Amino acid sequence: MTLLEQLAQYLASGLVVGGIYALIGLGFVIVFSVTRIINFAQGEFVMPGALLMVTLGDRRLATPIAFLLAVGVVAGVGALLERAIHPVRGAPPLAILILTIGASIAIRGGALILWGTDPFALAPFSPGPPVWLGGAMIVRQGLWLLGIAALAFALLWVFFTRTYAGTAVRACAINPRGARLMGIRVDRASLLAWTLSGALGATAGAVIAPITYATYDMGLMLGLKGFVAAVLGGLVSPLGAIAGGFLLGVLESLAAGLVSSAYKDAVAFVVLIVLCLVQVAGWIPWRVAEEA
Amino acid sequence: MSVSARRRFRMLVAVAIAMAALSSAVTSRYVLSTLIFIALNAMAALGLSLVMGFAGQVSLGQAAFYAVGAYVSGVLTASFGWNGWAALVLAVGAGALLALAIGLPIFRLSGLLLAMATLGFGIIVYYVLVNWSGITGGPSGLTGIPPLALGRFRFDTDQRMLWLAWSLLLLLLGLAGNLVDSRVGRALRAVHGSEVAAEAAGIDTLRLKLGVFTAAGATTALAGSLYAHYLTFINPSPFGFAYSVELVVMVVLGGVASIWGTVLGAAAVVLFVEALRTGLPLLTASHGAPEYEIVAFGLILMGFVVFLPGGLASLRKTP
Amino acid sequence: MRLITALVLSLSTLVWAIPSATAQEPYRIGAIFSITGPGSSLGIPERDTALMLEAELNARGGIKGPDGKLHPLKMVIYDDASDETKAVLAAKRLIDEDRVTAIVGTTLSGTSLAILDTVQKAEVPLVSVAAAIKIVEPAAERKWVFKTPQSDYLIVGVLVDSLKARGYLKVGWLNVDYAFGQLGWIEFEKAAHKAGLTIVANEKFGQKDVDMTPQLTRVKAANPQAVVVWSIPPSASIATKNYGDLGIKAPLFQSHGVGNKRYIELAGPAANGVIFPVGKLLVAEQLPDNDVQRPVLLAYARDFEARYGPRNTFGGHAWDAVRLVVKAMEKAGPDRAKVRGAIESTRNFVGITGVFDFSPTDHNGLDRRAVTLVQIVDGQWKLAK
Repeated sequence: MTLLEQLAQYLASGLVVGGIYALIGLGFVIVFSVTRIINFAQGEFVMPGALLMVTLGDRRLATPIAFLLAVGVVAGVGALLERAIHPVRGAPPLAILILTIGASIAIRGGALILWGTDPFALAPFSPGPPVWLGGAMIVRQGLWLLGIAALAFALLWVFFTRTYAGTAVRACAINPRGARLMGIRVDRASLLAWTLSGALGATAGAVIAPITYATYDMGLMLGLKGFVAAVLGGLVSPLGAIAGGFLLGVLESLAAGLVSSAYKDAVAFVVLIVLCLVQVAGWIPWRVAEEA
Repeated sequence: MSVSARRRFRMLVAVAIAMAALSSAVTSRYVLSTLIFIALNAMAALGLSLVMGFAGQVSLGQAAFYAVGAYVSGVLTASFGWNGWAALVLAVGAGALLALAIGLPIFRLSGLLLAMATLGFGIIVYYVLVNWSGITGGPSGLTGIPPLALGRFRFDTDQRMLWLAWSLLLLLLGLAGNLVDSRVGRALRAVHGSEVAAEAAGIDTLRLKLGVFTAAGATTALAGSLYAHYLTFINPSPFGFAYSVELVVMVVLGGVASIWGTVLGAAAVVLFVEALRTGLPLLTASHGAPEYEIVAFGLILMGFVVFLPGGLASLRKTP
Repeated sequence: MRLITALVLSLSTLVWAIPSATAQEPYRIGAIFSITGPGSSLGIPERDTALMLEAELNARGGIKGPDGKLHPLKMVIYDDASDETKAVLAAKRLIDEDRVTAIVGTTLSGTSLAILDTVQKAEVPLVSVAAAIKIVEPAAERKWVFKTPQSDYLIVGVLVDSLKARGYLKVGWLNVDYAFGQLGWIEFEKAAHKAGLTIVANEKFGQKDVDMTPQLTRVKAANPQAVVVWSIPPSASIATKNYGDLGIKAPLFQSHGVGNKRYIELAGPAANGVIFPVGKLLVAEQLPDNDVQRPVLLAYARDFEARYGPRNTFGGHAWDAVRLVVKAMEKAGPDRAKVRGAIESTRNFVGITGVFDFSPTDHNGLDRRAVTLVQIVDGQWKLAK
């Protein structure tokens, strides 16, 4: 294998994994920009998406139906969580962070009881050998992931810029008080944001299950890395989160391939700390948001 | 002494007597061991409680300091033959230094980002422990850590370890209590009340918060060092993110900024886990107590934040 | 004062009823397995096997002690959740509260190493079902500790010999960064060096990693003649899938960690052709009739599969451990020191993992005959050469 072929492979693998991070990171951004809450349970939206896909799909229901059901159920979980937080939304942000940590633990425990500790495999959405592009291979499910992610991003873009509801949510993200003065129901926007973020997480989970298997504890690491993707985008920029996700995936892949596989998982957290330090030193002009 | 200081002193003495009595009366190693783990966890959580209560920050990587304390002590005594107490002092110092090194850059961040930065830091420390196998023994860990000793008197039974762990814990509680009552403590409470007002009154809030974080690093490292000498074996797996979360749970349960609350929180978590494990019968399916324990933990955490933000300590009548 | 009252009251919940003396005192054996946590795929079949043995023995009235009477068997099983602290507390509870004669477990090497100090100080025999050789060595410092799984150097030895016999002298290696993987690497590096193999690539991946293509790409670029992956499912399965997807032509070898049906189910067709060293349980039916282990293996496989599902070498380790303690108690009764002595003097014990010959200097009691080579063909295990 030539060095170029290797690099192409690192890039390809990195982009597929990056797509996962991008979807999760977007979920963080949507919730944070509207409510200034870091939803620690974001990763735990991915996991039930994957597990439900396994339970519902795979010879029981047709793939698209299972997919929509899985996404729908988890979107509902997101909405439920929002309602649970609603009474204490005025509490200090750190208290709410702990609340979401509690929620993530509870969701993981619930999945453990329902599905046990075993990993579950899922057939890819379409059968067939991997696709080869310029010396690099991408598994077909990886193409599905990138395709569905692109579709999700496009739908969200249309929603946020072309519909009233979406523009209202954006208004809340930019200035909640101003939005309220304009007659926009801010708590409706909050509910919508959480629901969307649940749907996004579940989408990621359902599509990656054939690649990564579905396990009750898959959500934690993915959630943390998705968070790093969101921070790369300043926590308030959807495009930034998407770009951040792909960037992180490629960085991890290159680090493992070119430097050392031992510290691959640490890459994301080193990036996180570097970003935090950069924020302190104020080198980069983009805004990493403060709480409202 | 002030009223609260006298009360605190009486409490400390009472607990000390109770522990001394227990250590000689109880023969079950299980009960003694449970008490030891309560003390170690309380020590580790104590610093975090001060950080959360007074510095108003959440550290999601506190397990890293526990690990540093355990590994510095473990490696120095097992691999290099150091004296246990010298290694312990160095371990505590290492914890403090590391906290200072991390705190200096990140304490200027806003609360949420600071929390996530500590999270990243904690996980990186874990990976270093796993990969630096030449020194740390890697994932399979380090055996043969000698027990602490005073001359020929070795702290190698549960009774003696109970004594040591609780003496140190009570000492720390006393110190922490005195701190809270002192000028520094009043300044800390001012910061807790309103950072802006405190700054206006001339308090260097950054230095104070950093100081609390450093002290927390030191106390958690002390707990880690004792843990290493108690188990005589350490590996990276108890020092991951899950333990950092467990410490946060203890602090929230007990009540932030409450000295005794931390002990209550640590006791509650340890006893709850044990009670679940032995109380619920082991079913033949793959469902067992620990799965319900996980859900219960999460729900408790959520419930306490919503309904009892002051933790268990707030149930006590205010003095 | 309220604090102390609260603490004392809650602590009293820890002191459970002292076991009551019955007509025939039950023989108590303790067990600690990882029923939850990362070790659960190993711990659950171990727990199931222990329960199965308990039921089998009690159906016959129990264990016949040296006093000639039948004593019902009581297994007290705790879950350590793959956590060292919980393992220590479970061990102490078994020793002081449940008053067991001996302890079987733990599932993982880390938790076994964590309870060594406890069992040695309390002078309670421990038969571990974890793999690390440090559990029973140095023998002089492990008087009370035994183990049933084959040590890594035995397994690696068989693997290296087979690589050399097939002419694969340039080998690539990947391991999971868990203790299991690290210990495998340490032994493999030594054995490969002695056998004259060259390790052209050496990579690591995390237990929870979802994609190993970067590491495998590096290995592919080094042009090995064969590749060894040392891990357990699910990461072993993901690595196998990635291996196939990348179109790497060199044959793939795995560790004994993939000796369960789960691995094949998860990896799919990519698992076909994989060769790995493992105990004989998986290919019991294909063993020659004169193999002394064959009847024992067939009986266990049949019983386990009737009740719990596909057979599993980890359950086999637990079977050996429990039977060793039972045999010792038949000779020595419920006395802890005598049971330790009886286990140590056990010779020619035909178990699932192998034929055990314990001695004061060897508390594992196995040799190369406990390892065989298996290949996956069409999703089934076939004896390989």
